[in-house]
Amino acid sequence: MTAAVFADATTAGGYFLVLAIILPVAGILLSLVLGGRYAERIALILLPAGLAVAVAIFAIVWRGGEPVVYIVGGWQPPLGLALRADGISVAMLVTAAVVICATGLFAREEFRQPPGQPEARAPLVFWILLLAIWSALNALVLGDDLFNLYVALELLTFAAVPLVCLKGYEETIRAALRYLLFALLGSVLYLLGTALLYGAYGTLDIVLLSTRLRPEPVSWIAAALMTAGLLAKTALFPLHIWLPPAHAGAPAPGSAVLSALVVKGSFFLIVRLWFDAMPGLMNSAAAQFLATLGAGAVLFGSVVALRQQRLKLLIAYSTIAQIGYLFFIFPLAMGAMASEPWNDVGWTGGWIQLFSHAFAKAAMFMAAGLIAESLGHDRIAGFAGIGRVLPITTFTFGIAGLSLMGVPPTGGFVAKWLLLQATVMEGQWWWAAVMLVGGLLAGGYIFMVLGKMLCSADVPVKVCASVTRSREVVALTLALCAVLLGLVPLRPSALLQIGRPAIPAVNSR
Amino acid sequence: MNAAMLFGLCGAALVGFGLFGLVTNPQPLRKILAFNLLGSGVFLLFGVIARRGAAAGLGADPVPQAFVITGIVVAFSATALAVALLLRLFEATGQATLSADDAEEDSR
Amino acid sequence: MTVALAFDIGLGILLLAVAGWAVAACSTYAATIAFIVYGLLLAIAWVRLFAVDVALTEAAIGSGVTGMLLLSAAARLRVIEPAAVAAGTPLRIAVGISCALISVALAAAILFPPDVVFTLAPAAMAHLPESGLGNPVAGVLFVYRSLDTLLEKAVLLLALLGVWSLAPDRFWGGIPGLQVYRQRNAILIFFAQILPPLGIMVGIYMTWVGADHPGGAFQGGAVLAVMWILVMIAGLRDVPPIGQRWMRLLVVVGPVVFLAIGLAGFALAGAFLGYPAGYAKPFIIVIEVTLQISIAVTLGLLAAGPPERIQPQ
Repeated sequence: MTAAVFADATTAGGYFLVLAIILPVAGILLSLVLGGRYAERIALILLPAGLAVAVAIFAIVWRGGEPVVYIVGGWQPPLGLALRADGISVAMLVTAAVVICATGLFAREEFRQPPGQPEARAPLVFWILLLAIWSALNALVLGDDLFNLYVALELLTFAAVPLVCLKGYEETIRAALRYLLFALLGSVLYLLGTALLYGAYGTLDIVLLSTRLRPEPVSWIAAALMTAGLLAKTALFPLHIWLPPAHAGAPAPGSAVLSALVVKGSFFLIVRLWFDAMPGLMNSAAAQFLATLGAGAVLFGSVVALRQQRLKLLIAYSTIAQIGYLFFIFPLAMGAMASEPWNDVGWTGGWIQLFSHAFAKAAMFMAAGLIAESLGHDRIAGFAGIGRVLPITTFTFGIAGLSLMGVPPTGGFVAKWLLLQATVMEGQWWWAAVMLVGGLLAGGYIFMVLGKMLCSADVPVKVCASVTRSREVVALTLALCAVLLGLVPLRPSALLQIGRPAIPAVNSR
Repeated sequence: MNAAMLFGLCGAALVGFGLFGLVTNPQPLRKILAFNLLGSGVFLLFGVIARRGAAAGLGADPVPQAFVITGIVVAFSATALAVALLLRLFEATGQATLSADDAEEDSR
Repeated sequence: MTVALAFDIGLGILLLAVAGWAVAACSTYAATIAFIVYGLLLAIAWVRLFAVDVALTEAAIGSGVTGMLLLSAAARLRVIEPAAVAAGTPLRIAVGISCALISVALAAAILFPPDVVFTLAPAAMAHLPESGLGNPVAGVLFVYRSLDTLLEKAVLLLALLGVWSLAPDRFWGGIPGLQVYRQRNAILIFFAQILPPLGIMVGIYMTWVGADHPGGAFQGGAVLAVMWILVMIAGLRDVPPIGQRWMRLLVVVGPVVFLAIGLAGFALAGAFLGYPAGYAKPFIIVIEVTLQISIAVTLGLLAAGPPERIQPQ
């Protein structure tokens, strides 16, 4: 585990960090001016470009073994702000780029501007929102300054909320308003925490803050407020009520991005906060509390998912459950012994859970969208026989479901295996029990749907629209990415350790 | 007790008022109003920290002031979006409430 | 007990009283009026905290345009006012106690400040002459932490797009539903003829002088936006449709110029959003002027709302 290196100058390749944030913003500005027809084309040009930038940063960090730093404007923190790409940032960058590229390809048919007609609302808005979400996510994972991260959080919220009510139905508008209010509460609590931190330590730069921070009441209150705010945005149980109607009501590509990436952005910030900005502060009680909420999310989300009758709502509740798994990273990455304050098995397991869930959930929402388009509805009871009509999509749903359940050879299996190994190493067997029960429940709701899809119908299923093969293939590709993650070796990843700060050996317990 | 401390205590109280209004008031427009109060309370806390950082001939540390200006603009954008959503909800349904009678989703 | 302290105590008590009324008032209309009053008092409080730039922004945007938005919404929602059902008492008590605890914790943080006060004022002032600016807050916004300002402009644009996206498909590109006085109201028309020339002058001056004294693009842009809204509400100018190319260009020109200068910084100054030595001030002036135009148009359009009709009335 390397100590955090604060380069007081920009490292090689740092300008890629700027490009990652700025390219989508330039796309947004151009699309607004040029209007409807060009918005899709601009997005489709920028998608591969952004993917290339993400891969480039990934390659630089992987080969160099050191984080990439960029000092914006040449002004050193604390006066200026910096961008920093460490191991988990680049993994998030690439995941986000892949999911958004796939979503862009998937959405081409649904959000096409008809040629020769005046600018239509939904296509222009969708493509700009997609670029905005991408820019905000990149800014969130690359930012090294807490206030810059606040602005990025707000950008993410304002890009995600209109996506929820893009179709314009009244229940989606209500869901969007509720989402916005929860998200605003979260942002303001986060800002309150940053005020306290600046007042106490005079800087909001994460690396500087980690050197100046002391475990005193001000830091505790700030950490609690910021975490509470970010939990509201991540929809962790019990602050989850906004998520199901919002993610189920959005159009299919929108739901894919919302569930796969947007909720992970605020989770990424929580991890940054606890492990990078305030490394000495996390103690056992706080970690157990967060993981308890996570366990509640796993059990609650899975049980409620079993009772759903509509596929998109089932998948949304499944998101609530899978987000719960992510919070096991807090007690499991913290080492049990004072001499080894870091458990990289737990750390790797948690992150692989995040990435595999992103791919699997996006694929699942895309599959659900295709099924809903084909049948005209998404009531699970009416799915009998769809396996014959849309075999590729059914297969996609199956693979994605296997990843969510944690069945080999998927990424979900690797994640849960590593997390279970960490619970054994740490002696916290109760999280293992929750994970196993969660896996069983996930199996329950996945097979509930798959069974309906695969059984043959007495009456031939009524197809109201045909679905193009290319969109099914895009969804399948994402699901296969989740399987590809299953090829990762079952041991801690060196990439994800790049840039980890040295956690002080003494944790107050 | 100087001006900074005084307004800081005001800010702390405003945060409490705003949070209470945001969580308990059932009407969305009142929630939005309370959110603005909450935000201004947080900004006052920044302002107190700025005033405490007076040095080098300045009356207040300029960095928190910049944070507050950015925050005010962001809070206004949020209010505009929220109000537009609320008015659209009112137009579409004739009500302006977030109550959970939307549990029954109609199939499209 | 000096006069200043007595004034501050009085202001503080008034602030809390008006804010409490804004939260607890029965009628939404009264609460909104209370909020506008609160905003203006808050601007005075900011002056007492020696943050004049913030006071201007709070008066213009925080209280002015926000208050106008909330007031027009309250007017539209007045018909359903009596139907609201209050939250249950146990919930209110529980939430009240939690909020009180949070306030007490924050008050403790205020009353027991840290022994070492870190401040960035000396660093900010030390580097200010390099950029040619005289206003340190403008320095922070446009020189030291300009990425924040750039992203914040993107946030504003996204909010505008989000508001526009709420229009039904058939009204896309149409005319926003800003409530316009249909009957000729002589007082309003008088003010809408007298104030805008003065307001435009004040707005442009505020931006121009913001490089060296309190002011800047956000404050000046807000004043311009408010003058535009006034003219539209009084019926002296039509509310423009949103599909027009010139309007999109005006909304976008500020961030585009900002981004272009930032990218030019790679070549001229070796860093994104860096300025070449000695030439910073002209660039910053250009950024502020174009940003002011964009902010004025964006704030005005945000206040106007989503398109609601195609044909002018």
